[in-house]
Amino acid sequence: MTGSGKTITVRYFAMFREHAGRAEETLVLDVKTAQDVFEQTRLRHGSMEPNGHCKVAINDEMADWSSPVNDGDTVLLFPPVAGG
Amino acid sequence: MIEVTETAIETDRLRQSLFNPGAGGFCVFEGWVRNENEGREVQRLEYEAHEPLVISEGNKVLAEARAQFPYLEARCVHRTGMLEIGDLAVWVGVASAHRDEAFKACRYIIDELKQRLPIWKKEHYVGGDSGWVNCERCAAHGQQ
Repeated sequence: MTGSGKTITVRYFAMFREHAGRAEETLVLDVKTAQDVFEQTRLRHGSMEPNGHCKVAINDEMADWSSPVNDGDTVLLFPPVAGG
Repeated sequence: MIEVTETAIETDRLRQSLFNPGAGGFCVFEGWVRNENEGREVQRLEYEAHEPLVISEGNKVLAEARAQFPYLEARCVHRTGMLEIGDLAVWVGVASAHRDEAFKACRYIIDELKQRLPIWKKEHYVGGDSGWVNCERCAAHGQQ
């Protein structure tokens, strides 16, 4: 952790949106990576599943869980996809 | 080209849009809403998509397919919203000089779409309950 808060907008989709009870929220989080954002929002809302089959995007670009997040970023949390 | 639509997919228009004088083969995949999944009787399906990334990732998939199986034209359309049994959920069409590229590219596109694109499917069952496909087994704790 960095020890300094970053303002991050988190967007939730499908099951995550239902569990969080909202489509998005802006939070001040002590985070370095997308993984950190996931863990902190998971603690906040509970019930969001482990991220083995989940995906993440930052500012509408697909990202890795180890991708760094910066102040002002929008992090999109995707539960397992099921198109088709 | 990939699209997301809230309205019924117009297959005739799509098919005509892929006409190419160099094409000798055309392959299409249609995904339909069926009435059963894993032993549960399904009444309808609800699709949700994050369109900006469906478009950007979907176009990467089409480019990958073209690099491996050089086709002439390809399009994909995916529905969102509430769909009834028998409705068309996804359409993939590929036109190529010969059939082999069309079959293989079409298969590649639908397989990658299902694994990679941010699209989610909620099944509404006959009993009145519902569940997100691929998600329910992971939701162990309920909302706090």
